[in-house]
Amino acid sequence: MKAPGLLAVTRATLAKDLRLEWRSKDAINSMLFFSLLVVVIFSFAFDPTAEVSRKIAGGLVWVAMLFATIMALNQTWARELRNNVMDAYRVSPAPPNAMFLAKTIGSFIFVTILELLMTPLFVMFYNLRSIGPVWQLVVIALLATWALVVNGTFFAVISIHTRSREIMLPLILFPISIPAILAMVSATTLVLTGEYSPLFWMQLLAVYDVVFTTVCLVLFEIVLNAE
Amino acid sequence: MSFTYTPDSVAAVTTPAVSLFEITKHFGRFAALRGVSAEFMPGKLYVILGENGAGKSTLLRIVAGLLAPTRGELRVLGTGKLREVALRVGYMGHAPLLYDELDAMENMRYFAGLYGIKDDALCATVLGRVGLDAKLRRRVGQYSQGMRQRTSLARAIVHDPELLLLDEPFSNVDVASAKDMAHLLGVMRDQGKTIFVVTHQAPVMQPVADECIVITAGRLTAREKGIPRHLLSPYAAEVRR
Repeated sequence: MKAPGLLAVTRATLAKDLRLEWRSKDAINSMLFFSLLVVVIFSFAFDPTAEVSRKIAGGLVWVAMLFATIMALNQTWARELRNNVMDAYRVSPAPPNAMFLAKTIGSFIFVTILELLMTPLFVMFYNLRSIGPVWQLVVIALLATWALVVNGTFFAVISIHTRSREIMLPLILFPISIPAILAMVSATTLVLTGEYSPLFWMQLLAVYDVVFTTVCLVLFEIVLNAE
Repeated sequence: MSFTYTPDSVAAVTTPAVSLFEITKHFGRFAALRGVSAEFMPGKLYVILGENGAGKSTLLRIVAGLLAPTRGELRVLGTGKLREVALRVGYMGHAPLLYDELDAMENMRYFAGLYGIKDDALCATVLGRVGLDAKLRRRVGQYSQGMRQRTSLARAIVHDPELLLLDEPFSNVDVASAKDMAHLLGVMRDQGKTIFVVTHQAPVMQPVADECIVITAGRLTAREKGIPRHLLSPYAAEVRR
């Protein structure tokens, strides 16, 4: 018998998480309802023209996604706390990083599904038309979503050991995510308004993703085994 | 009362499965374990007894690698690096360590995968050994407490570990099922496994126990062959007193 490899455990853990979510729908339901509320309430609160919409939509979309991501992360990790299941993983020879990768990819899938569902609603409620190329919005969405979930997954493991974990996660996550939030909002707004090239912000997002993915992978084992 | 362990002649020529040297564990200012030293030889079944909060589960979690001792050293299966021997150690916690939304077979398949095992037939066989039907499609969340405990035991032994650590495996299990589980542990011990069982139900383990260890207020206070009569029901004895 041989210790399992990183890819095999990542695949198995991701499949297990997707199956659990498919059965419970805990994460996707809470994310969806929260995002719907944000879209509807803000559309009633403001009555923006198409031009104003283009300027505020970047911030609105990513704030909604940020909070929705936190909900998904809390739900995903809450499952590992029930019945102390995480102990079974910790005593096994499975690579700790496999759990990190599986949870990050799982959350990435959930948030991406949410974005696909919410995009038509944002377009409809805020009368959005992109002046810049739409493919850039797709790239920004992928980079920004990864930035949110990679840090979120890492800090969620720290916060689940605390008493007020639902509050603790945003408190830890927001300050560290400020460069990414600035980049994703600015890049989205620039594409929607077509004023300047969003390339700098996209590069910043890409660098942020690479740096934080690397740091999280290096430190995850310590965080997972923290008492 | 302090307890000093003197290895016998057999122990002197065999590497202990678990060696503890002055293990101390503090949670804040509370000392859960206070300088526990002992050696446990392979191929034996040890029953750990003690009152609630005595430090039994803490000791087991330290041996499993889930907690680091505040002071002291331990060696498990010949090494101090517990991750190196994770493949050879099985752990069953106080909680079932199972996903409620999955059925027993799905749980087994996932946890077996963490040990590099991709063998559905093996998972089904292990479930059968603890008296469960692998074809049962009910989710674990809908199981009785006894069925969960048995599934949890199956999860802990699916990779055929050399060292098995069980924390209260019989809690909420009916007497007949508990005896079946104890018998299975006896069979595993006869196959050469080293087994530690933390329990409050000493009589269930009496037929198969090789030694019992008593932990009192974080200290190892007694170590006896089998389970002596006076340790079988300490609570009943206290009531009589």
